[in-house]
Amino acid sequence: MTTSRRAFLAALALAPVPFAAVAEAGALDRAIAEATGGRTPTDGGVTLSAPTVAENGGQVPVTVTVESPQDGTLHVTAIHLFATRNPTPGVASFRLTRAVAKPEVTTRIRLAEEQVVVAIAELSDGTLRRATASVRVTTGGCLS
Amino acid sequence: MSGLATPRLRVPRIARAGEAFEVRLLMEHRMESGIRIGAPSVPRDMLASMTVAAGGETLFEARFGNGTAANPFHVFWLRLDRTADLVFTYADEQGRTASATHRVTVA
Repeated sequence: MTTSRRAFLAALALAPVPFAAVAEAGALDRAIAEATGGRTPTDGGVTLSAPTVAENGGQVPVTVTVESPQDGTLHVTAIHLFATRNPTPGVASFRLTRAVAKPEVTTRIRLAEEQVVVAIAELSDGTLRRATASVRVTTGGCLS
Repeated sequence: MSGLATPRLRVPRIARAGEAFEVRLLMEHRMESGIRIGAPSVPRDMLASMTVAAGGETLFEARFGNGTAANPFHVFWLRLDRTADLVFTYADEQGRTASATHRVTVA
């Protein structure tokens, strides 16, 4: 077989990587579009608290707080969390009702590497708000 | 056979009508996404959702993706107008469920 070095390298470059550490481009946009129904969120009105440096990427505490009175006039209906550089972008989605007294949810998430975490909140008036937080990860949480 | 652990919760037994009380939930589960980088994948074993209901009505619901950490831990705030039995139910991707019930007496 007379495979040239150039052809071999070209084939190597085109070969699909079995497990990419980062989700393919577009997966994040698709996940966000699916959660938000394609509407565009505005920045502000929501806070995403996360550590600047997380020693253990497998257990990163995050808190999402939305500016909302949580009364009959306006309340949070959903909070979505996305990881921008995990193998898959979806982290969690929360559905809230009027029985949720404070517009705040705390959870623990997994981060594979240093990345930006995105929180999107949906309010009962149909608006979408977005907040981001950058987290440095000492030990990755997804792979072992 | 449920196969899932029992959810652990810290919720007050008494609350005032309409006032916020804190709900802290811990569920033992390894949340195995099956994803391994540069190694053979392992069988996936993930929780899919958690719901909090009272009197058949859902108050709070979580759907978990791969990014939810093992032993999912959640904190949020609820309010009730009258005494209710809160039912916390976790379901995994195979459809198995585990739940815990906690009565909150509204004074």
